[in-house]
Amino acid sequence: MEHVAVNPWAALAYLIAGVCFILALRGLSSPTSSQRGNRFGMIGMGLALITTLITHVPTIHVLVVGQAEDVDYWAIFSRVDPVALLEILAAIGVGAAIGLTTARKIAMTAMPQLVAAFHSLVGMAAVLVACAAYLNPAAFGIVDPFGQILTVSRIEMGLGVAIGAITFSGSVIAFAKLNGNMGGAPIMLPGRHVINLGVLAGILLLIAYFTQDQAPWVFWTVTLLSFAIGFLLIIPIGGADMPVVVSMLNSYSGWAAAAMGFTLHNTAMIITGALVGSSGAILSYIMCRAMNRSFISVIAGGFGAEAASTGGAAKVDRPWKRGSAEDAAFLMSQAEQVIIVPGYGMAVAQAQHALREMGDKLKEHGVRVKYAIHPVAGRMPGHMNVLLAEANVPYDEVFELEDINSEFAQTDVAFVIGANDVTNPAAKTDKSSPIYGMPVLDVEKAKTVLFVKRSMGGVGYAGVDNDVFYMDNTMMLLADAKKMVEEIVKSLD
Amino acid sequence: MDFIAILSIFVLACFVGYYVVWSVTPALHTPLMAVTNAISSVIIVGALIAAAASGSLGSKWLGLVAVTLASVNIFGGFAVTQRMLAMYKKKERPAAAKH
Repeated sequence: MEHVAVNPWAALAYLIAGVCFILALRGLSSPTSSQRGNRFGMIGMGLALITTLITHVPTIHVLVVGQAEDVDYWAIFSRVDPVALLEILAAIGVGAAIGLTTARKIAMTAMPQLVAAFHSLVGMAAVLVACAAYLNPAAFGIVDPFGQILTVSRIEMGLGVAIGAITFSGSVIAFAKLNGNMGGAPIMLPGRHVINLGVLAGILLLIAYFTQDQAPWVFWTVTLLSFAIGFLLIIPIGGADMPVVVSMLNSYSGWAAAAMGFTLHNTAMIITGALVGSSGAILSYIMCRAMNRSFISVIAGGFGAEAASTGGAAKVDRPWKRGSAEDAAFLMSQAEQVIIVPGYGMAVAQAQHALREMGDKLKEHGVRVKYAIHPVAGRMPGHMNVLLAEANVPYDEVFELEDINSEFAQTDVAFVIGANDVTNPAAKTDKSSPIYGMPVLDVEKAKTVLFVKRSMGGVGYAGVDNDVFYMDNTMMLLADAKKMVEEIVKSLD
Repeated sequence: MDFIAILSIFVLACFVGYYVVWSVTPALHTPLMAVTNAISSVIIVGALIAAAASGSLGSKWLGLVAVTLASVNIFGGFAVTQRMLAMYKKKERPAAAKH
């Protein structure tokens, strides 16, 4: 078996890089250690990059012919190919410039689409590396003495290219939906389950056949079908299910890296792939649990569309109370404790800074202010936390659902801004509700509920009416979230 | 390295990943996604090998494009994570004492 000899120093460096990546994730267990963790990640990546640049420096062979003491001689020397090396460094430079500019300029509210865009790049890179390995297997040390690609490498390559392509096209759709280039509503193709299962089965069968026949048509068909299935899988999934989708694609990008790590026998890639793969899988699980839905049902898609058609018909006119900014300011300034419940609407309205200002003003009035975050609030895991952090809300005022839910009963005012389904008590009582069983924030237990909402017409993503709107102790504040909060701040002076 | 050795590393790393990720505080789930994204770009190792190899021009150019894409992710991913993490601040002491 022809194998590129493994340089023990390089292998050691890749192992250290892998350990650095573990420490990077470990650092995220608390905000205080998180920045150190991120630096570990950078060190690990730098190590992996430099090691590869040194061990795989592009070389050219030079034939030298000469004559010494009347004897002709010739010799072949290998030396660094400066042009090829420059090309590689330029590619890194271009990528770095684009990456750093994007990272500096991006608005925090656009973080979900940025992460989706970044996932698509990892997916595409995995596809390109797998294609490169297919076109030039000798360079990757995966050929047998007859010039054929090793069987096990064919499986790894096939899986790598398939997962990479799914990650790419899926992330592109997720990006378009999150960025508003494409409507958030699920798009349903007739017979989509049959089509999807058929395509998936086709991909797996072709990868199996690829081990017998390394013909180009097999490899390229796997690639094309995988691009198609990524697209088909994500279009029927609605906007508010995006936290699950983004986490799932995160997971896929990890498995793609791991598959290529198997091909290259590279420990850094395998460790990273496993870490990222499990990270995304756990996040998807947490998101599904927070919606009380199975992963399969989210992936099968179409949630928002079906529910909206049933929820709309059952709507009845019920009395509700409307409040003004002054009323809200008065109620909150008299309170002992206010719990703020932000949701996606806060992100859309970019109301986080105004909200922090309101919190500060309330604290000046001697009010205790806390924030309650539902796991699926927003469009990606932890979305609300980042926005509040951006607005300088101290993270020890921000609480997760299970830590704060018992406090609503002793709270004077629950201030719901841009959230809806995650506060709906129907999830606890109404067995027929599409959101039944989903853990919700018990805002209705607070003495007063202030509900900031654009209008009474729109229902939440799940398409179900929220009983909280019609309770005696609820006051609806109908306006754009940011404008309403700014007016409350003015009234608090 | 034989296949079983690599598989062992992979399986053990999955377990490490499982426990490490569960210990991540939910408040940092967005930075977690950003940083896992950055580190999954370690796939650049494969891209660099393809870009440096001689023998196939197509493979070399695919490698170079992959190097560029992965670099966007590496530099962008770590930078945006750093930017997010720098925003997480604890309550200032004087403000806490005021209550």
